[in-house]
Formats: sequence, C-alpha cells, structure tokens
Amino acid sequence: MDPKEKIARRVAQEMRDGYYVNLGVGIPVMAADYIPKGMEVVLEAENGMLGIGPYPYEDQVDPDLVNAAKEPVTEIPGTTYFDSAASFTMIRGGHMDITVLGGMEVDEQGNLANWMIPGKKLQGMGGGMDLAAGARRVIIAMEHTTKEGKPKILKKCTLPLTGIAVVDLIVTEMAVIEITPKGLVLREVAPGLTPEDVQKVTEAKLQVAPDLKTISI
Amino acid sequence: MDKRVANADAAIEKLFDGATILLGGFGTCGNAENLVQAVIRKGTKNLTCVSNNVGTPDFGLGLLVSERRVRKLICSFPGQNKACQQQVLDGEVEIELTPQGNLVERVRAGGAGIPAFYTPTGVGTVIAEGKEVREFDGKKYIMERALRGDFAFIKAWKGDRWGNLVFRKTARNFSPIWATAADYVIAEVEELVELGSLDPDHIHTPGIFVDAIFQGTNYVKKIEKMVVRQRA
Repeated sequence: MDPKEKIARRVAQEMRDGYYVNLGVGIPVMAADYIPKGMEVVLEAENGMLGIGPYPYEDQVDPDLVNAAKEPVTEIPGTTYFDSAASFTMIRGGHMDITVLGGMEVDEQGNLANWMIPGKKLQGMGGGMDLAAGARRVIIAMEHTTKEGKPKILKKCTLPLTGIAVVDLIVTEMAVIEITPKGLVLREVAPGLTPEDVQKVTEAKLQVAPDLKTISI
Repeated sequence: MDKRVANADAAIEKLFDGATILLGGFGTCGNAENLVQAVIRKGTKNLTCVSNNVGTPDFGLGLLVSERRVRKLICSFPGQNKACQQQVLDGEVEIELTPQGNLVERVRAGGAGIPAFYTPTGVGTVIAEGKEVREFDGKKYIMERALRGDFAFIKAWKGDRWGNLVFRKTARNFSPIWATAADYVIAEVEELVELGSLDPDHIHTPGIFVDAIFQGTNYVKKIEKMVVRQRA
C-alpha cells in the first residue's frame, strides 16, 4: 500500500460521528475516502462551505462551487454556505473538532512548520495558521521522513513556523505520535516495525507508551 | 433611490491611480470580471489590491498583475500564479502576507468601526514580527490593524437598484465582508432584478453597504483546477 494511503486510512480512524472537520490539501484530504460508511462527519472548506460532497461528474461542474483547493465539488443534503468571516469564526473560535494539516516539520514542543521554505517559491500560508491556532485538535498527516530520508520530527523546527505548540497528534506511515507536555509519546507503530526503527528516523526523543499498539488499518 | 450605473466603465469613473481596491473572490471563483476588464481599459495603475489569492495570470486580479497595474498585494495565498511570484521576486510588486482568517477579520473590523484586534493566529511566527503581543487569560495574542479600501469590487449573483445582494454557493466567500469596508463599493451582478423581488430573509448584503450596481456581461467563471469523476 502507498504510504500516503496508509496515513490517510489511519487518520480516518480519528473521526467520530457528528464531528466537524477541516482537511488540508494533500494527504489530509485523502482521509475523506476512508471515513467509515454510515458515520456522519461534516467536512469544511474554509472558502465557505460545510458538508462537502464528492467531485462532480463532468456535466455537474458548477464554477460557483469549489473547495479550498479551488477544485469543483458537489453539495450533499445538509450542506451550508457562508462568508469568510463566518468560516474563520468556526476555525479560530474552536468550533472545528479536528483539523488535519500536512507538515514539513514538527518538533517536540508541538511547533509546526508547513508553509514556507526560504529561498523557494512563495506560496503563502492561506488559512493554515488560523487552522493550526484555532481547532480543538490538530493532527499532522505527513510522511515520516523527507524524500532524502531525513527526519521531519525534530527537537526544534528549522523552517519558518506555522504555529507554536499547536500540534496534538502526528500520523505517519510508520507511527502515531502524541504530543504531550512531557514530550513525544509513541502510541502506535506500523506492523513489522519496532520503536527503535521509528526512533532511528526521528530526531526528537520518543517515549514509548506502556500500552504501545500496532497500527491496524 | 437608484444605485444603478450603466456598466463597469461608468462604475469606475472615480477610480484613481494608487487606489486601494478590495477584490472579492476566492481564486477565480466569484470574481468581478467586468470591473477588472474596465480597469484594464481605463489604464489605472499603482494599485494596492486586497484579495485572498491572486488567481491565474489571465484572469481576475491575476490579470491586473500581469498587466503591471498592481504595486502592492495584501493576500494570504499568492501561490500558484507564477507570473505574480516573479514580479514579487523582482521587487516590482510588494507583498503583505496576512493569514486568511486575519485578513478577513482585518477587513471586517475596518467595516465595523474597530481599529485593531487581538488574534491567536500567527503568534510566534514571522507574521508576529513588529506587532504588539498581549496575553489574555494566560494565552498570547498578536494585535492586527483594521484594513479598508478606497473601492471594493464585488461580484454577486442577483441584486436590485438599492444594492441588496444575493450570492451563490462558494462564490460568496470574502465579498460580503469586503462590501462593508470601502469608501465606494461597486457590485456587479449576473442578474439585476426588480426591487422587492428578492426575499428579504435571503439577502446576504443589505444595500446600505453598496454604492453602485450594474448587470455584468459575458461571465467566463474560470475553474482554477478541474477535477471530475467518471461514471462507472
């Protein structure tokens, strides 16, 4: 299985019936495909929509109806539209149960860097800083290491930050790690891996949970 | 009372070089297409534009950037428009990055008579540099200043001669907020309807915020990233 799919499937297990959730672009939004059937989880698009439906068929495309990645989407029974002030009242006001964001770096204080690489192209933070600051629970869905195999879970972030002490949980293809006041706690490891395997590619020190589990997806 | 003007060219008669314009829309969704074209025709330059995104180089705000009419951008996500990025790197266009929620709130405050506010968004990041940090109930916040425009360019679905506006789906986005915070607010609508025909319970922007309104033509409604699913 593709590592990104593994991450998305594990992230989906954090959802509960009745949750309002914002999924960021990339791996986070893939989690929508694995929310268990019958569970009503309402997805938000920060451009002004609650209740995002699937991508449209070609003859259903409506240019007035797009998600936060500017792709056409559809509405579902219960969908609502609202302006951007209402959207960020939901986000910053702590009304989102979960925000799932991608990550470039996360450190042991729960600091997040995911919007800018100095010297590289200028993208902007969009709503990322607001989502990181305001959600009840921030989950980072990212591959465990960089393409070059370097750790992304660090003692201290090196890239420009998105938010300080904002991350609650990190889900990678190798592990599920909780950020606690006492540091990073390794909660789950992928089948066939040991905590030592995970620590080898993690710069920050991991404390192994007494009830360590195996990721089951 | 009649706020109707003939067309986009008439609507921007008072637009001047160096003006600050609030442009509604999210990327290419919900853009004041007719007004942008009118600015190109009028030749107005050195504009400061406030908009979440910069669209694509051939459409909306992106077109004004490509045509070298913009001196400064206040936005949260200029990415995806490479031509714009190049002008920023070359120093032709100044950019003030503001997180999306802070951007909305700055304009909301500007329209609501509030000069500044404290927000948790951006604490400890480059966004906080040079800004007052204050603690409330043990948590840190940064102060952001309100933001207003000389003009606002709003695109709505329907409107009447009093300037009451109804938006459609996610094309609403920033526009109802932007409409509250400029000295001269222009709305272009797909359909100008008789006064009294809009359901008062369903008006998103009451006409008090709007100064001029006209029915636009030839909407392209570009989709920035096309994704569709196939029927089985």
